Amino acid sequence: MDITENYYQLEKPILQLKERIDALGLSDDPGKTEKIAALRLEIEQEWAKISPHLNPTHIVHLARHPKRPYSLDYINALMEDFMEMHGDRRFADDPAIVTGLAFYKGETVAVLGQQKGRTTRERIDRNFGQMNPEGYRKALRVVKLAEKFGFPVVSLIDTPGAYPGIGAEERGQAEAIAYNLKVFSGLRVPIVVVIVGEGGSGGALGIGIGDSVAMLENSFYSVISPEGCAAILWKDQNAVKQAAAAMKIRSQDLCGLGIVDKILPEPCGGAHIDPDQTYKTVDEHLSRTLKKLQQKSTDELLEDRYQKFRKMGIYLEK
Amino acid sequence: MSENPWTRCNNCQRILYKEDILDNFKVCPACSFHFRLSATERLTMLFDEGRFDLVDQGVYPLDPLNFVDSQSYGKRLEDSQKKTSLLDAVVNAVGTMGGIKVVVSAMDFAFMGGSMGSVVGEKITRAAERALREKLPLIIVSCSGGARMQEGALSLMQLAKTSAALARLENAGLPFISVLADPTTGGTTASFAMLGDLNIAEPNALIGFAGPRVIEQTIKEKLPKGFQRSEFLLKHGLLDDVVPRKALKTYVVRALRLFLNRAQ
Ligand SMILES: [Zn+2]
Repeated sequence: MDITENYYQLEKPILQLKERIDALGLSDDPGKTEKIAALRLEIEQEWAKISPHLNPTHIVHLARHPKRPYSLDYINALMEDFMEMHGDRRFADDPAIVTGLAFYKGETVAVLGQQKGRTTRERIDRNFGQMNPEGYRKALRVVKLAEKFGFPVVSLIDTPGAYPGIGAEERGQAEAIAYNLKVFSGLRVPIVVVIVGEGGSGGALGIGIGDSVAMLENSFYSVISPEGCAAILWKDQNAVKQAAAAMKIRSQDLCGLGIVDKILPEPCGGAHIDPDQTYKTVDEHLSRTLKKLQQKSTDELLEDRYQKFRKMGIYLEK
Repeated sequence: MSENPWTRCNNCQRILYKEDILDNFKVCPACSFHFRLSATERLTMLFDEGRFDLVDQGVYPLDPLNFVDSQSYGKRLEDSQKKTSLLDAVVNAVGTMGGIKVVVSAMDFAFMGGSMGSVVGEKITRAAERALREKLPLIIVSCSGGARMQEGALSLMQLAKTSAALARLENAGLPFISVLADPTTGGTTASFAMLGDLNIAEPNALIGFAGPRVIEQTIKEKLPKGFQRSEFLLKHGLLDDVVPRKALKTYVVRALRLFLNRAQ
């Protein structure tokens, strides 16, 4: 099968089927349930043709898909009474991350979610999900609050990376991330991390230390963006494909390397083809994981979290 | 040192006698440019009488991703090991500074740009854990371009691992002094290098999260002169001080005395 590098070309038949499903869903066609089921089956068949040929570049496209559910979509689908808390009380509010409290299964949780925008206007306002230091410090403020009240933390990751700008450097981007790593590693409440889209380097890790780190199947997690890696190591903007492949950024690779605990399967065609199914998967994972973590004593929780990251790395000792 | 006794300063372009630079802590006698130090030179300069015991040796890098760009990672490692006589980009040592027993980790830029992969992360973590176990102060001298891309996300996770170890050191009330040398950027800055009880830097060192070129490409503007240099960070409240190399040891010993409440 000859496969184009551009996933957005590749998925066209699936998107067309999905559009028909959406149209049927809104219609008053009496036979729509059966028709939708038949179309879903067609999506499955299309996906079975495409999915064995997906390469890391396709996964990058999927993870960055403009229709992919974003953090706020998960929060709205899974949680109630989300009360967004703005600002780091030091400098500014960072719209590239939403933070706050919400009820999840009837209990208060603290939520962090890196947020891209859906429309062009919103994308710019949210800086394409690239946080500034005040974003990391806002997250810090909210997780400290969670610790104070004994609320677990749910952290949703979806960022190309921390913002590389003059102001970000002036206000200590590196320090903001480093300090979060230190605090999150010792935070005395459970932290559940789910990478829902792009896991862009230190910008992701800055809210990414947790007792459980899961990834949606078609998300990726990487030390540097494939574009950045191509520019530095290959000195060639056209080497993005090689860089994406070489860095082993897919969920399966990262699970194998012990960096991620769990892969959350996505529906055929990816999370955006059937968001409800995706929310359900994340929901089940969250509730099961939180329940498990809340049974641990604080000491046990902290020791396990330390050992989890302590073990990461591959080297030879002699 | 090679047979040629002369060298040119990278900064002021003056022709200098190599001996004069060495006698001056590898700082240009004419313009105060700080030449990069190897890890061994750094340790020799910091410890009393230049004497120290190497610890945490025998940790070898691997190529877990079978990474190949214009060259294979395996080959890059081999070349760096030959060039530096080190196994990887950091050396851990124990010894005394001003009579105070300390653990020091010193990074070496000559080894793949001082980049942090699994070995660097492991050894920094071991240094912190040794300091914790033996109740000693920790000093890390950073000189690193950041996380090592050739180990992918394994490198990224070293940020988490090292920072978690430092959190434990902090809980135990032990001092950690972070010394930042030129350059300290990326994942190294975004983890242990910025977590010192004291963060001090050598003059004019490039220190930041993103590299200047990446920022320029993003904002499509030229960066102001002195941007991301030690003095800029001091001005913006990110460093405790900028300390010339000649004064570094005296400064660190004084800091240790203050932290340990040990007047002379
Ligand atoms: Zn000079």
